[in-house]
Amino acid sequence: MAEQKQNIVEIRHLYKSYHRGSLAVPVLFDITFDIVAGEFLALMGPSGSGKTTLLNLLAGIDKADEGSIRVGDLDITTFSETELAHWRANHVGFIFQFYNLIPVLKAIENVELPLHLTSLSKRERREHAEMALRMVGLDHRMDHYPQELSGGEQQRVAIARAIVTDPTILVADEPTGDLDRVSAEEILAMMERLNTEMGKTIIMVTHDPRAAQRAKILRHLDKGYLTDDDSQNPL
Amino acid sequence: MMILKILFRNAFHNKLRSGLTILGIAVAILAFGLLRTVISSWYAGVEAASTSRLVTRNAISIIFTLPLSYNEKIRQIEGVKMVSYGNWFGGVYIDEKNFFPNFCVEPRTYLEIYPEFVLSPAEKKAFLADRKGFVAGRKLAAKYGWKIGDPVTLKGTIYPGNWDFVLRGIYKGRDDTTDETQFYFHWDYLNETMKKVSPQRADQVGFYMIAVTRPDLSADVALAVDKTFKNSLAETLTETEKAFNQGFIAMSGAIVTAIQMVSFVVIIIIMAVVANTMAMTTRERIGDYAIMKTMGFGGRGITILIFGESLVISLTGCLTGMILTFPAAAAFGQALANFFPVFIVSTETLYLDFLAAILIGCLAAIIPTRQAIRIGIADGLRRIG
Ligand SMILES: Nc1ncnc2c1ncn2[C@@H]1O[C@H](COP(=O)(O)OP(=O)(O)OP(=O)(O)O)[C@@H](O)[C@H]1O
Ligand SMILES: [Mg+2]
Repeated sequence: MAEQKQNIVEIRHLYKSYHRGSLAVPVLFDITFDIVAGEFLALMGPSGSGKTTLLNLLAGIDKADEGSIRVGDLDITTFSETELAHWRANHVGFIFQFYNLIPVLKAIENVELPLHLTSLSKRERREHAEMALRMVGLDHRMDHYPQELSGGEQQRVAIARAIVTDPTILVADEPTGDLDRVSAEEILAMMERLNTEMGKTIIMVTHDPRAAQRAKILRHLDKGYLTDDDSQNPL
Repeated sequence: MMILKILFRNAFHNKLRSGLTILGIAVAILAFGLLRTVISSWYAGVEAASTSRLVTRNAISIIFTLPLSYNEKIRQIEGVKMVSYGNWFGGVYIDEKNFFPNFCVEPRTYLEIYPEFVLSPAEKKAFLADRKGFVAGRKLAAKYGWKIGDPVTLKGTIYPGNWDFVLRGIYKGRDDTTDETQFYFHWDYLNETMKKVSPQRADQVGFYMIAVTRPDLSADVALAVDKTFKNSLAETLTETEKAFNQGFIAMSGAIVTAIQMVSFVVIIIIMAVVANTMAMTTRERIGDYAIMKTMGFGGRGITILIFGESLVISLTGCLTGMILTFPAAAAFGQALANFFPVFIVSTETLYLDFLAAILIGCLAAIIPTRQAIRIGIADGLRRIG
């Protein structure tokens, strides 16, 4: 069934190592796989296996040593820092484990923040932000500061912030890692809806099997290698 | 727009820390302002002094006098417009600790040569008409509550005895820098008394004040005066009033330098304090900055955030300090009116305050900004949690 769909991400022979002084610590080895448009992919694996590193690479916030990452029509591994920043602003929505809202901004302002890098007018920014908050069911908490919201609510604001620019891909690193069961379920349900109802492509790193169940497809990383059979024969 | 909102709110987010830092800056700016004002009041006499007025005194020392007969001779020198003369009286009012400058002068010429002492025509007339009359500066009269017509007695130190005067005029300074604490009376009153009690001290003048026709003639006239009395019994030393006052101040130059240094040390100390605050603040916000970078904000946005926050704090402190400087200077000036007849916070000091605040704000932001920009996004994000 995936054959009919178009690949939105194509990762080819990706290598990444960190440098500690003169010592190179290899983290990812020859990663090759595709993600089709509208996919909800969960990336699993033990701690230290390189999940965050891989997510960072395909979200354009870190640089690979070798290999290519094509997102849409663009090979982002050839981009400069500035080009990457510009690309992220338009194509990637981020959701983090610790929500990471700006503490001095109200919920609505946090959601508006990424829109300041677009050419939208002040009114349009406000409208888009309100709509995004409505989608996560928090339009009544617009004027609250992050510390006045529960963890689950903060994560919903963070989701609104991630989708407000209508990005090509949504990346989430342990989005439920800091939440209780009930809130986690809420967040996962919301992500599922974003995927099924709005067709968002989501790449989620998680430890939690319950979270992984929500995804349409699973990938496993172990010690820097993709271990799924599938990954050896991409399409 | 949003960036400005963030930086302003960041600046006051941690109220205790920001409050203490702002207080520190305010106190530093206040101290800096007061110290600068001490220095400028020290020099106020020099600044107020005119280069078109010359002072002639005994070449040996200011404590020796010159004969009154020099008056006529000086007046005949080319370039001299008017000559006045006077003696330092050194009288004490009631008590030794009531110090203020007092001297006798030839009143008609003195008032002409010193137009910055502004006297109403009626008071001027009354003063000239009364041989025992005296004129006091506005601040001096206010300090002792003297009113026109009040009798005032000074105890002579150089000229023994009790000397009775009547206040005939209160002068106002024409400029901010004019000394309003002087006390002057008729030279004739002193001289006639001397003629009676110690004739050998009569017809002696402490200093001549010379107005020249054009400021550029000052040097020539000064030379001509001293040449006239060369090889006479009392040789003269003539210099511009400015040089005369400067000589007076040079003695205390080391103190002025010390104060100047302290004023800058204060600024350097507060700079270190603010830099430390900013370093702490930035470290706490590394995650925020990383998030903004993931969204696509660049180095420019981060720089504005950190410099802006630092400048908001330093300028708030600066403004508070500046506002406090005025009442503080007023109180300070009142307490030390005898030593600093003119104690006014100058515009230049305010500019320096402002400059110092900008410098503090920027220097404190440089290193944190570099760190915040340099750290990779992935590393910044890993610091959260
Ligand atoms: N900046 C860095 N410098 C050196 N080594 C690093 C750096 N960042 C990560 N690593 C190492 O790279 C490896 C993979 O890290 P990564 O964060 O991608 O793992 P992860 O799968 O996300 O783990 P977790 O489930 O604990 O989040 C780990 O061994 C980690 O110690
Ligand atoms: Mg991780």
